[in-house]
Amino acid sequence: MTPQFEIMMLAAVVAVACSLCGVFLVLRKVSLMSDAISHAILLGIVLAFFVVKDFASPLLIIGAALTGILTVTLTELIIGTGKLKADASMGLVFPALFSLGVILINLFASKIHLDTDAVLLGEIAFAPFHRMTLFGADVGPVGVWLMGAILLADIIFIALFYKELKLATFDAGLAAALGFSPAVIHYLLMALVSITAVGAFDAVGSILVVALMIAPPATAYLLTQKLGRMIAVSACLGILAAVTGYALAHAFDASIAGSMAMMAGFFFLLALLFAPQKGLLSQLLQHRTNKLNFALEMLMVHLLTHEGKDEEAVENTLRNAQQHMEWSIFFAKKVVEASAARELLLKKGKLLLLTPKGRELARQSLVRT
Amino acid sequence: MTAQQPTLALDVADLTVAYDEKPVLWDIDVQIPSGLLVAVVGPNGAGKSTLLKTILGLMKPAAGRVHIFGKPYAAQRHLVGYVPQRTSVDWDFPTTVLDVVMMGLYGKLGWIKRPGKKEKELATQSLQKVGMEQFAHRQISQLSGGQQQRVFLARALVQDAALYFMDEPFAGVDATTEKAIITLLQELRKQGKTVIVVHHDIQTLKEYFDWVLLLNVRKIALGPVHESVTPQNLHKTYGGRAAFLGTMGG
Amino acid sequence: MFLGLFSFDYTLQIVLAGSALIGFVAGSLGCFAVLRRQSLLGDAISHAALPGVALAFLITQTKSPLSLLLGALIAGWIGTLLVMLITKTTRLKEDAALGIILSVFFGFGIFLLTIIQKLPTAKKAGLDTFLFGNASTLLEADVYTMLAFGFIALLCLSLFWKEFKIISFDLGFAKSLGFPVKLLEVFLVTLLVVAIAIGLQTVGVVLMSALVIGPAVSARQWTDHLGKMVLLAGSIGSISGILGVLSSSAIPGLPTGPAIVVIMGFFVAASLVFSPHRGLLKDWMQARTNKKKIRIASVLLTLLRLSESHKNPFYPHTLASLRAVDATGVEKSLEQLSELHFVEQQGDLWNLTELGLKEARLLEQEWGAVE
Repeated sequence: MTPQFEIMMLAAVVAVACSLCGVFLVLRKVSLMSDAISHAILLGIVLAFFVVKDFASPLLIIGAALTGILTVTLTELIIGTGKLKADASMGLVFPALFSLGVILINLFASKIHLDTDAVLLGEIAFAPFHRMTLFGADVGPVGVWLMGAILLADIIFIALFYKELKLATFDAGLAAALGFSPAVIHYLLMALVSITAVGAFDAVGSILVVALMIAPPATAYLLTQKLGRMIAVSACLGILAAVTGYALAHAFDASIAGSMAMMAGFFFLLALLFAPQKGLLSQLLQHRTNKLNFALEMLMVHLLTHEGKDEEAVENTLRNAQQHMEWSIFFAKKVVEASAARELLLKKGKLLLLTPKGRELARQSLVRT
Repeated sequence: MTAQQPTLALDVADLTVAYDEKPVLWDIDVQIPSGLLVAVVGPNGAGKSTLLKTILGLMKPAAGRVHIFGKPYAAQRHLVGYVPQRTSVDWDFPTTVLDVVMMGLYGKLGWIKRPGKKEKELATQSLQKVGMEQFAHRQISQLSGGQQQRVFLARALVQDAALYFMDEPFAGVDATTEKAIITLLQELRKQGKTVIVVHHDIQTLKEYFDWVLLLNVRKIALGPVHESVTPQNLHKTYGGRAAFLGTMGG
Repeated sequence: MFLGLFSFDYTLQIVLAGSALIGFVAGSLGCFAVLRRQSLLGDAISHAALPGVALAFLITQTKSPLSLLLGALIAGWIGTLLVMLITKTTRLKEDAALGIILSVFFGFGIFLLTIIQKLPTAKKAGLDTFLFGNASTLLEADVYTMLAFGFIALLCLSLFWKEFKIISFDLGFAKSLGFPVKLLEVFLVTLLVVAIAIGLQTVGVVLMSALVIGPAVSARQWTDHLGKMVLLAGSIGSISGILGVLSSSAIPGLPTGPAIVVIMGFFVAASLVFSPHRGLLKDWMQARTNKKKIRIASVLLTLLRLSESHKNPFYPHTLASLRAVDATGVEKSLEQLSELHFVEQQGDLWNLTELGLKEARLLEQEWGAVE
């Protein structure tokens, strides 16, 4: 395996692990917990490092992950006092813990092999230098194994608790009624996010963990409605962002983590614009079709209301309908043309006459509302 | 005192409002002469608040027009007072009762100009009318639900309007406040003002209001309470069962 | 130059003036962000500003404060508008929109920074201070630029005070009065972007949002008046800025941003706990007093009930019989009751006084209604 391939592999594993947790963060509307956790774990990493003196130690990962959960608890505790709104509470707790972490790194820089740049950027490019040996044989970079184990934990957790997660996400009330405490599920998920964030932190730094946790699931959310598919699509998008991001970084000789985040954002932008149903473009087209259909119905109802009455000759004309509905001349003509084309009305001089089909449509829409 | 206006206080013609092209209000015609106390009644999702919001220009209609004393709303703002739903704001906002009431004068003050002595006086008078003058400098989070509602009412009164729109002023207030509010509304009507109120309680319709607008996406009935509130109309508005429960409640 | 008059510790003067200003502008505008529940928007804005700074440098090839500031402003503003666009047009909620914008823009910024670092130009150094902030890199020109922008932002805030207040409290009502609320909202957010952009060099993109939220949250604990809250938040921001800079210059290697945030953290924690009318300490003491009152009252009622069974309201009872009804802190309660002359002690026996009987009857009425 070439170092390039190893880096790309690690990037892909990180991206998939992050996007798996991220799906539930996005669906549960707590995306920014990833921001809070990925920052706050820095303090945990530094403190745990003072104890275990080894960055790859599982103890360090668990210790750091505990800080993640502590952040969530502390934030919710402060919200619970009712003095602060949720957003302000979160916006204060994690910067404070993160700041403490940064200060410790700077004060004890000589003792910790961690600098503040690595905190933000990660060190994925150096991953191939840290080899893992098993029975004397080189089996690849430590990072890949570590992150692989975390990914496996993510997959097992989601597979085991799929039903509970789904229920707690879409119907917390029902979940509670059935005996799955939404709070327990919430904290388990936060623990998972914390562990994943600690692993990913080393590779891509704190803020880009956020990109990988939120952007692929949010993109998938615009593309599909089903949870299972959303998970699969997010994972694929994560891999795609990792591979294309690495290529981009290679081409410009720039930060790999930054490029991955950019690509994840780029795919989101594509989905935002062109997603089949929820994209801006199809929304625009849909909006126009709906607007026309709606206008057709309104015209039919208007014609029906005045049909056969004394005022029919005045009311049921293009000019009057246009003024009445406050349409532009252009749009009114379009509506009348479309109605005529669909055989909903006939034009007799200036008068617009309903066909039986048009009368039926008007009645239907009156009944429906 | 405002003299009786010759034109209609509120004239809504063919109003259709849609969210995502789904009609919330369909082809509504409402004509209300001035000097009446009018209730807007209907089940949840009937479009009561939407009707108010559209009249006040907070939402854009898909079709139709709204005239207030013969002209579009934008030209008649100074004649209109508005009481939004009490729960629509954060009552922990750092401000005092008097300050909230003075907000009713912000529109007349125009840009940049700050409220001064005159505005303070008007606001205090308005607070007296709702029996809240001793709370003028109280922080708004220290008020009970009924007191909050009175503050909102005072803010509308200070607008010195000819036509008032109130969105559920009786929601979640105690019986004393409810009585105080209705007395105040009847007082306004006596002065020739028109008051249109989104209301929930069918039981009190006859006692409180002159006219009623029964609404459920479409207009079911509009007119004097005793003529409009018929079993058939209630059935049409509430779809049978809810009307039954509605008359049972309160 | 005015600031040049202080030749003694000239650099420090500059830096302190700059950080005090940043703290004031961020703190005062932060009040509106916090009250409008847009606290986390500040985080998105500051991160989104990073690529703007980098692009401004790439385009102009200089570190002129004006171009870097404009770059930050424009990028931060675009980020904000994108957050609004995403929340408005998709079913994604604000949290996801904020997360995407802050992380992707930041990633783009990092991408550009790593490219800049490899440029042959000599002037590249110093841009990475935008990450965690470094007040010691502030120059006189930087401070004057910040001063100009900060002054404009504060001027706008005071001119449109009434408008900003009403849209923050009651958007619908403001709209019914005819105020163009959308425009005002964007205007207010733009001022927040300015406040954040001028602080980036000192505090850094990563932590700038804390300087927006912290002072406002602290100030809210001490006052119920919007004007006072804004002034107080501004002052807390200034003091945090000054103290942060002083400590970071005293301790080598300590970056300014984290120092400011930790100092502000103390303000926030102290305000949350010790504020006289909204503090946790006050809540806690009140809860304790209430509990104590209830405990004493229940002993008084027990005495009344026991006496009633003897048909003599002043019938004396042993401690043990009182304890049998309610065991917690009976002696202490009795002591306090006898200080109030509600009960009398005769040997081992306790009985109600005339005064105590009256009080107990009143209590019975009140509590009876509850029970």
